[in-house]
Amino acid sequence: MSMLIALTVGVLFATGVFCLLRRCLMRLIIGLVLLGNAANLLVFSAGGLTTGVPAVIPSGETVAPAGAADPLPQALVLTAIVIGFGLIVFSITLIHRARAASGNDDVDAFIETDQL
Amino acid sequence: MSLFWPVLLIAAASALAAVIRLPERWRVLWALFPGAAFAWVVLSWPDVVGGGQLMATIPWFEELGATVDLRLDAYGGLMAGLVTGVGTLIIIYAAGYMEGSPGGSRLISLLLIFMAAMLGIVVADNLILLFVFWELTSITSYLLVGFSHEKLDSRKKALQALLVTGTGGLALLAGLVLLGIEAGSWQISEIIANADVVMASPHLHGIIVLILLGAFTKSAQFPFHFWLPNAMAAPTPVSAFLHSATMVKAGVFILGRFSPVFSGSEWWHGPVVIAGMVTLLVGAVLGLFQTDLKKILAYTTLAVLGMLTMLIGFGSDLALKSMLVFLIGHALYKAALFMVAGGIDHGAGTRDVWKLGGLRAIMPFTMVAGALAAFSKAGFPPFLGFIGKEYVYKTGTSLDHFAPIFTGAMLLGNMLMFALALKVGWYPFWSQPKEAARGHPHEGSWMMWLPPMVLAVLGLVFGFMTEWTGDTLVIPALAEITGTPMHEHLALWHGVTLPLILSLVTFAGGVMIYRAREYFWKKHDQVDSGPKVENAYDRLLAGTVKFAKRQTRAIQGGALSRYMFIVVGATATLLLWKFVRFQGWPELTWEGRLAPIPVIACIWVMAGAIAAALAQRRLVALLSMGVVGLGITALFVNFGAPDLAITQLLVDGLTVVLLLLVIYRLPPIRVEANKWVIRADAVLSAIMGGLIFALTLSAMQIHVIERVGDTLAQMSYVEAYGRNVVNVILVDFRALDTFGEIIVLAIAAIGVTALLSAKKERSPDED
Repeated sequence: MSMLIALTVGVLFATGVFCLLRRCLMRLIIGLVLLGNAANLLVFSAGGLTTGVPAVIPSGETVAPAGAADPLPQALVLTAIVIGFGLIVFSITLIHRARAASGNDDVDAFIETDQL
Repeated sequence: MSLFWPVLLIAAASALAAVIRLPERWRVLWALFPGAAFAWVVLSWPDVVGGGQLMATIPWFEELGATVDLRLDAYGGLMAGLVTGVGTLIIIYAAGYMEGSPGGSRLISLLLIFMAAMLGIVVADNLILLFVFWELTSITSYLLVGFSHEKLDSRKKALQALLVTGTGGLALLAGLVLLGIEAGSWQISEIIANADVVMASPHLHGIIVLILLGAFTKSAQFPFHFWLPNAMAAPTPVSAFLHSATMVKAGVFILGRFSPVFSGSEWWHGPVVIAGMVTLLVGAVLGLFQTDLKKILAYTTLAVLGMLTMLIGFGSDLALKSMLVFLIGHALYKAALFMVAGGIDHGAGTRDVWKLGGLRAIMPFTMVAGALAAFSKAGFPPFLGFIGKEYVYKTGTSLDHFAPIFTGAMLLGNMLMFALALKVGWYPFWSQPKEAARGHPHEGSWMMWLPPMVLAVLGLVFGFMTEWTGDTLVIPALAEITGTPMHEHLALWHGVTLPLILSLVTFAGGVMIYRAREYFWKKHDQVDSGPKVENAYDRLLAGTVKFAKRQTRAIQGGALSRYMFIVVGATATLLLWKFVRFQGWPELTWEGRLAPIPVIACIWVMAGAIAAALAQRRLVALLSMGVVGLGITALFVNFGAPDLAITQLLVDGLTVVLLLLVIYRLPPIRVEANKWVIRADAVLSAIMGGLIFALTLSAMQIHVIERVGDTLAQMSYVEAYGRNVVNVILVDFRALDTFGEIIVLAIAAIGVTALLSAKKERSPDED
């Protein structure tokens, strides 16, 4: 299973990077979302995967059942998903404004500040 | 009193002069500070002659070998006396020179901080500290040459001086660090005491070359000489102080300082002698064609620096003795002549030899000072300059090898300098009166003629009191350089010897050259536009700028997709390097059972990702992206993370909806035409994906026995009374992180609001 998960992360990363390398603004957003997903899945699976048992303490007990999933990467990823969302929303707005301001959706056209 | 006080006193005076703007008539009082430092040096003199020394230490970065070690011996003390003594007079002169023009306080403040740095160089006993002071003089020199910063020309020349001496300074730093490592000590006195350790080092030649580069650039030795005449753009007090009496001698000073360490090496003698001789001749010959008083003096300074360097290169006791006599003599008469030139400029309104003449009646005091200084420079007995020249000839004629060549060079150099001395100190006063350029020529205030007078008279007094000068000043300093006690004396009269005959030849030749002065002056423009080393500097500078431009265009041309490619490519390279060099690739094993649900989810995610990346239509791409999110949600559910699944689902849905709202405001997806770009991007993405695959796999193959998460799961209910461990971690154990997350979201929200409400009229669309 681990190899398939790793492969999924790899493919997400490759497609994400490919999108980021495009010059079209729309692709940029797609690339960001894909990369975010890839990173979350990487952190989630890096600690090892446990099928089925969430880290929830049943009533009457004081500790989580044996073999429960590792809660720490989950907590980290949960934070990451939310922050990723914030980033995506900001990027969408930024790109929208950039397009409106420049009248262009080609990132290579945004060269005013770097021109010699 | 501690050795720190003189340096600190002058530095403090600089700070005060910068802040307290004294009225013009009181500015001369700033000279009291360097005057006090000079008095201190004089009073300390009995402690340092005869091998004595004063030392003081404050710890600094001791781990790095840098401590504030100061040490005053007779050699450093001689220089310290010149720096503070000439410095005091320069401050008086500057106060007079700047009367009626703006920026007087600034000039005095800068001169004082330079003086403190220069004093630091001569008393520093630590290699790093020496370098710090060294650079400080370069920087203050930059500020002083560019004093008239509103003029393009003076900014350009200031930069040139800074670049040349600064580059040399970097070489010096490398040389000093190497020297410190090889010698096993950062204390200069200790390194000199253990010279054989350095001489045995395999890096000896490298150290010598680097230190020489530093010294040659600072002391304007050929081929780095060109910055010095250009530095004449500075106000005259600056030229008199930095570019004749002190800073340019810093190079000569450290050559003398390190001479006992390196004098056994051929790599030392050869370059030093040759650079010195070439500089002597280049300076003296080019000086002939100059028509500006200050330029004439600048070229003679080059010639003298060359002479001093050459003498150090010979390295014999006699050569070093001549060097010291020459050095003292030069500091006295050259600073005086510069001040005289400044006085003429001030009084007659020009420094052009074609316009000057007959000033003897109008500027009597300046005339006397000029004549005395010029006589010393020309080498008339009994001035100190005469003794210096006698010893130079004595050195030249007693050389073992190539004595005729070197003596010939000395003779030619001295003849030319004789003529140049008269041109500055004699010609403006005693030639036929000409129409002065502007205004009525007049004598300057006492502040302008007294300082050069004092120096010029000292040149005469020191010469008269030959024996005293020798025993008190020269011989103790010489003993410090050579490291052996000396019991020699200076003498004014050696009888009718070869050196004396050479001196007479010098007078005859010098007078002839002086009489032919107009012939050379007429050729000034022709020589000035001829080939020179400075052109190479200009080309190098222009070339560097051009190269930087090209390089920036190539790797930072503004195309964002290209930046992205470089960033991803660099990351991939680093990752690859880590795997190949350190980690090794992970084993390709299927750990765990292949269950149908996660397999389907994985394939679902991969298919969605590929579709999203390749889709040509906006909606297809967007929905494929949503599909990826759903697949990941399924994976979260399967691997025991319901909270993540819920969050992912929500966020995924929101993102898709948000994009749907924006998507039709964006133009359709454009497919790039250049196939090669797409192929290169695809290859790079595939490599990056493959590396991340390997990285994930390696991470999953590390099995940690004690997971932090398990401890948290055990404490969750007991300590925080929560059953959902993930939630407890978020709101309790790592609450601060969550707080940070909320802040990030808040900032993003503010950003979004700001962007959406930004004034529309700013966009060029709506113009």
